[in-house]
Amino acid sequence: MGEAQVQDKAEAAAEQPAWLDFVEQTIAALRARFGQEAIEESRFRDNVRVIVPATKVYEVLAFLKNERGFDFLVDITAVDYLHYPNARDRFAVIWSLMRTDNGARLFVKTFLNEPDLTVPTVFDLWKAADWLEREVYDMFGIRFAGHPNLKRILLPEEFSAYPLRKDYPLRGRGERHNFRRLTREQS
Amino acid sequence: MAQHDWLENVFLTRLNEAANWCRKYSFWPMPFATACCGIELMATAASRHDIARFGAEVFRFSPRQADLMIVAGRVVMKMLPVLQRIWLQMPEPKWCISMGACASSGGVFDTYAVVQGIDRFLPVDIYVPGCPPRPEQLIRAIIDLQEMVQREGRVRGLERLRQRARTGLPVLGASEQPGRPEPQRN
Repeated sequence: MGEAQVQDKAEAAAEQPAWLDFVEQTIAALRARFGQEAIEESRFRDNVRVIVPATKVYEVLAFLKNERGFDFLVDITAVDYLHYPNARDRFAVIWSLMRTDNGARLFVKTFLNEPDLTVPTVFDLWKAADWLEREVYDMFGIRFAGHPNLKRILLPEEFSAYPLRKDYPLRGRGERHNFRRLTREQS
Repeated sequence: MAQHDWLENVFLTRLNEAANWCRKYSFWPMPFATACCGIELMATAASRHDIARFGAEVFRFSPRQADLMIVAGRVVMKMLPVLQRIWLQMPEPKWCISMGACASSGGVFDTYAVVQGIDRFLPVDIYVPGCPPRPEQLIRAIIDLQEMVQREGRVRGLERLRQRARTGLPVLGASEQPGRPEPQRN
């Protein structure tokens, strides 16, 4: 399907939902507050992303919660861009936000590079961040400064790698074989 | 007349065989169900397939009250120590069925977290292929295990291992080599 067809179809399907206007106003408010160059926007249909520097991400998220009413932290996730074509940065952390009274959705994204894989915790803004941040830490090794209990959540605590990093082999480094063997005689 | 009835209603057997006969028709399964095989395991226990026809309907969720562990589903590396502990908690004599592709070989989950077959770390008596196996296949496995128990079980559960060592047959799922010295009688 060509670009023009996609656009025609999207236009024919429906008008822009009301919450998208709210999201656009939110981005304007973010730019008024943090400066034009600090807030980069990208968009696909009703999927709106703002890309902010890691140093400002906590203030942006606090602003979105306290001033713009994004009361629901849907998810925190991360991406490893190792070997990704034309990628400039190694990791991205993504916060997925929602405002429950009008259904507005917004994604906040920031890029990180080694060796400083630390972003501030948002546990004090949304309690839901507790386990979400632990999961990102568990899988990617990204640290959330100020988290009250930042330890592994899914993998065993003695696990030594971050398995969703692209330089970690799919079959692991022997972790699945590292157990004692029970025989009939012993058991 | 009375004497004649008495003679017709008595048969002689060996204690081992009588014990095995009792044992094979009263498996107490411990369902270690972690994935879709667990659903088929439940279907096997439900009325349509009715595992009670084979005397194995008393599912116990405490390993201390069970003698047949049915591992139904994939086992991840974090779960494996739990599985081994449950196996150790089961009293002798005990048996293990590895149900489905995942429990037997890891299945399609060839990843860092999934154990590639529980028989690497536990003794397994019967493997059931399938993804997931149908209830008929699990029932077949139980019938096969019944035959195995009648043939190899003894009053003391460990005896079957000694017999296998004597005959030089490979021990399914265990690392013992044929012909090794017999374990001390207890």
